[in-house]
Amino acid sequence: MAHKSDLIATDIQGYLKAHEHKGLLRFITCGSVDDGKSTLIGRLLYESKLVFEDQLAALEADSKKVGTQGGELDFALLVDGLAAEREQGITIDVAYRFFSTDRRKFIVADTPGHEQYTRNMVTGASTADVAVILIDARKGVLTQTRRHSYIVSLLGIKHVVLAINKMDLVGFSKEIFDAIVQEYRDFSEQVGLEHVTAIPLSALKGDNMLERSARTPWYDGPTLMSYLETVEIEDDLQAKPFRLPVQWVNRPNQNFRGFAGTIASGVVRVGDAIRALPSGRQSRVARIVTYDGDLDEAVAGQSVTLTLTDEIDVSRGDVLAAAESPPAVADQFQSTIVWMHEEPMLPGRPYLLKMETRTVTGSITAPKYKVNVNTLEHLAAKQLELNEIGVCNISLDRPVAFDPYVDNREMGGFILIDKLSNDTVGAGLLSFALRRAENIHWQALDVNKQARSALKGQRACVLWFTGLSGAGKSTVANLVEKRLHALGRHTYTLDGDNVRHGLNKDLGFTDADRVENIRRVAEVSKLMVDAGLIVLVSFISPFRSERRLARELMDEGEFFEVFVDTPLHEAEKRDPKGLYKKARRGELKNFTGIDSPYEPPEHPEIHLRTALVSPEQAAEEILSKLRDAGMLYVPDDLSGL
Amino acid sequence: MTRLTHLQRLEAESIHILREVVAECERPVMLYSIGKDSSVMLHLAMKAFYPAKPPFPLLHVDTTWKFREMISFRDEMVRKLGLELLVHINEEGLAQGIGPFTHGSAIHTDVMKTQALKQALDKFGFDAAFGGARRDEEKSRAKERVFSFRSAQHRWDPKRQRPELWHQYNSRKNKGESLRVFPLSNWTELDIWQYIYLENIPIVPLYFSKQRPVVRRDGALIMVDDDRMPLKNGEKPELRWVRFRTLGCYPLTGAVESRADTLPAIIQEMLLTTSSERQGRVIDHDSTASMEKKKQEGYF
Repeated sequence: MAHKSDLIATDIQGYLKAHEHKGLLRFITCGSVDDGKSTLIGRLLYESKLVFEDQLAALEADSKKVGTQGGELDFALLVDGLAAEREQGITIDVAYRFFSTDRRKFIVADTPGHEQYTRNMVTGASTADVAVILIDARKGVLTQTRRHSYIVSLLGIKHVVLAINKMDLVGFSKEIFDAIVQEYRDFSEQVGLEHVTAIPLSALKGDNMLERSARTPWYDGPTLMSYLETVEIEDDLQAKPFRLPVQWVNRPNQNFRGFAGTIASGVVRVGDAIRALPSGRQSRVARIVTYDGDLDEAVAGQSVTLTLTDEIDVSRGDVLAAAESPPAVADQFQSTIVWMHEEPMLPGRPYLLKMETRTVTGSITAPKYKVNVNTLEHLAAKQLELNEIGVCNISLDRPVAFDPYVDNREMGGFILIDKLSNDTVGAGLLSFALRRAENIHWQALDVNKQARSALKGQRACVLWFTGLSGAGKSTVANLVEKRLHALGRHTYTLDGDNVRHGLNKDLGFTDADRVENIRRVAEVSKLMVDAGLIVLVSFISPFRSERRLARELMDEGEFFEVFVDTPLHEAEKRDPKGLYKKARRGELKNFTGIDSPYEPPEHPEIHLRTALVSPEQAAEEILSKLRDAGMLYVPDDLSGL
Repeated sequence: MTRLTHLQRLEAESIHILREVVAECERPVMLYSIGKDSSVMLHLAMKAFYPAKPPFPLLHVDTTWKFREMISFRDEMVRKLGLELLVHINEEGLAQGIGPFTHGSAIHTDVMKTQALKQALDKFGFDAAFGGARRDEEKSRAKERVFSFRSAQHRWDPKRQRPELWHQYNSRKNKGESLRVFPLSNWTELDIWQYIYLENIPIVPLYFSKQRPVVRRDGALIMVDDDRMPLKNGEKPELRWVRFRTLGCYPLTGAVESRADTLPAIIQEMLLTTSSERQGRVIDHDSTASMEKKKQEGYF
């Protein structure tokens, strides 16, 4: 099944012994549907005897039915898996294939070459040691070849095979081959690919796949298979400093406390001095525990459990590192982001960022630029769309230990997760820290929020009014503020229209600008709460995630989401500023409720149905809520003032 | 420089996956089907959490038509390892007398396996379930993620799969949604056998050749495992040297004639054989894309 070997029949024990020691190579194939990529993989599987007779029978039947080779075996059909894409004749996702030879086991990431599938290629490339970039000899270096090479280089793959395929269709011409290689070299140097091996191939006919082809006497390099079997993957991960992101703390009983994880780089030995990050505490390795007995040392790629000589506080998400060369700790970075979701990346919106075993909240600034993956040009951008790649700053809610991606894939790569849908929406590669986290400390002030608000006889908080335009937010907020003022409380109202005339006058109404609008207002509210005020914010704030951002900026119990719930038809009927009419006429773009969505709160602290209560009743409801929550108390020790 | 072998790298990757789920999910469970892949997965779980025991129960969805030797092996393993085993049977299906002989393989598999699995996951509120499926088994599996997201109705949407980069798995989900997690995704059948051999992992004796009573039916050799099997006119069980390449419900699992009674002999036979592993399973023959359809409906 797996491969031809006489040992299988004559000496199975000897065969197993030999195969116990073979290595593993992961590679990715890049090319478009027409380059014969599926055919190439299908051929590798077929030639390494991975295709059984029953599968072969199905392949023969399929080749006749839907094949593109005039009834001859269509190897591509071995590879194209899902029903939908078989009908369309294209591969639509990342698929993993397996085969092995006497020397190595191979895992192939098969990814499609269409531009809209950058996402899939990045995914496949993230775990690959080698990339096979296909070129149709009749077409030469294409735009997509450049795109593939850029992504391969970006994801840190050092070894590239330039597979110049369909040589049978150009008469196995040396001139054509040489011209393509020359053209490609100029480009590959530009993107920083150092080790490129070009091979003339016909995946369909089998030339230079496993056996050297008699039709390319002018070529003296390796066949594709012999290259894959022998390419040296510099195992320099072991030469790098020790890193172990802690996955799980193992505490079966009082006497054992082990830190389990997969070693991301380096070597660890019993007795080594280590440092836990981000805390910086030091200890030594007491034991390297495995089910098969304790080890003296363990290397990158192994999953182990360490115990330490000291009781130091280490939990999931921390990194254990070599004490003498620990990774940097920071909370702001420059990074390259690959966007992978239909919803664009919105600067300022909080996303979850998963880096190894740590999950933190981060927000991304507007891109410094995005990269045209075909020309490598830098382009201005306000946001990133699906399959776009851009360079952005990111800022995390807490410091993390990291290494730059170019030094360590496992320590410098992260995924971005949408907080509401939980989808993986992007991937990022850390470049460098913008400033070291240890240098920033919040100024601890003697006069703090509690002191300031106590002096005012209140607890500082935010009343966040959200709802459609014309719902009555400002009317109710105004009434509440008047009542509070009359009670001697200190307040301030941030109103959408007013703020847009000043602080936010540079912002428009695109989704990205709306997010930034809310982010700024939330930050201003936070400062005002710190000043001890009761802040009334009256903004449409249509997106849940931004309201959540505002909520997360405040301390527990300080944020009151007030949903001013007026049905669209009612708000549109009132239309106090004539905006709905304009929007309906198409004169106002991105108007909430008309051509831009409003996401109602799921669990607002206060839910006002304006169809049922008057603005005065609504204001009274809010006041009693504030009283109940203790926001309007008069502290004992200040009551004499 | 220490060079890790392909099996060491596969083992480390699987352990990483097992630990990640335990660290991030509230209520994981391991689906234990008693076959060779389950045996390897269980062995990896013993390694991943050592010296602790795997911090999750095993779940066996019992169609009531498994080989008797599978059930005794299951009980013996659980006793020996000191683990918690949950057995779920679709009682409704049982009451209706659903079985492969009376209702055919499609209905039997749907009711007693797919529906039963959903019932069990809902009943215990598991939010993540480990399964022993491998990507090399079948074409639609090749594209499935290691962490495979399922809707509250247990449906799999091949178009809404989450990209998986490096070893960063996204385990986040909303209430009611769940994950199927496949720690053996990157193992092949040969890797599994080789690992069983190297690590001395116990497997059900049915994998080894022995004289067993079988009848030939529709081209397959079906073992007469108990007296629920109705014999057709002229059918008479005969003793043959047979073994099983895959295990499931005995009426749906074809035996192969073989004299291989050691692991090296089994591996040798597998390497020299010319038909694929799942051929012995009846469900895959329905249509080319049948596995994909089943998975969308919630089949593991």
